[in-house]
Amino acid sequence: MDRHVLIVFPHPDDEAFGVSGSIMKYIQEGISVTYVCLTLGEMGRNMGKPPFATRESLPEIRKKELEEACRITGIKDLRRMGLRDKTVEFEDPEELAKRIRAVIDEITPEVIITFYPGYSVHPDHNACGAAVIKAVESMAKDQRPEVHCLAFSHDCYEKLGQPDIKRDVSEFADRKLEVIKAHRSQTQGLVQGIKKRLSKENQEFMNQLKTERFWIYKFQN
Amino acid sequence: MQPIKQSEVQQALDSFANQEVYLHLETTNGAYASHFNEGFFSAGAYIRNAKVTYTRGTITGDNPYRIGLKMPIGWIYAEGLTDWEIDDKGRLLIAGHDHEGKLAVALELSKEPF
Ligand SMILES: [Zn+2]
Repeated sequence: MDRHVLIVFPHPDDEAFGVSGSIMKYIQEGISVTYVCLTLGEMGRNMGKPPFATRESLPEIRKKELEEACRITGIKDLRRMGLRDKTVEFEDPEELAKRIRAVIDEITPEVIITFYPGYSVHPDHNACGAAVIKAVESMAKDQRPEVHCLAFSHDCYEKLGQPDIKRDVSEFADRKLEVIKAHRSQTQGLVQGIKKRLSKENQEFMNQLKTERFWIYKFQN
Repeated sequence: MQPIKQSEVQQALDSFANQEVYLHLETTNGAYASHFNEGFFSAGAYIRNAKVTYTRGTITGDNPYRIGLKMPIGWIYAEGLTDWEIDDKGRLLIAGHDHEGKLAVALELSKEPF
């Protein structure tokens, strides 16, 4: 049977830093990856460095960046949900969970990757993760895929403990950097900053790129 | 976008006055401000596609600039404005970028909904 993994994030660059290595690894193993991206990051503050985007041109630019990032990563099935950046938490949670459930039913993933609700800093991240959990909770227990969560709030280690999965993706580090660079409007400043800093810090940054960490969500009901 | 030229922006503001126009007004620190700097109190607001009419619009200040739009019974105000353009749809886009080039404020006017 075909094997599938589903990625659900709210913003076009959410996959770049913490997950793109894992995605490349899945794809290398012959697993199909579907990426559902809820918004186009319309309200991002980064406009490029120097700025080349405007509030109004940003969505189209980020859409193209996302498509390029998916090309580099190898994702063939990219879906957008048409929500607006910074509004995910104000949508009807049932409605959103239903839309995600429809994708789950269609592709029957063995793993879903999303943000850990409550531990992912941006309100859209938390709302996105919560919607995925709600969607999976609506399934029979023996039908549920595993949900692998990304978390990066200051208290995530204290509250959640060590991540359940630490995946070495060092063989994909260079391509991962290309994915990060593909989200040019959002990462140009960061990439320039890295180049300017000491090579020791570059080394640290590259080391961070080489391991991806996930917490497996523990369902209460 | 280009750095604001006060007289050109003033002309553009005049061309949107005294008619129903759509407004996008926004200030933002970004969702990560309090994450990277825990003492930072993050605040922001935006309104998109507010239908407004102003009778007098003025740009003032000395980079960054301020704009005030006087309505029959109220005001629209923004400060920290640095860059502007008329986009390919004829919309007046004005923004303030901080020292790192990140968007901090936006004031936009359009004759059609955004
Ligand atoms: Zn995000």
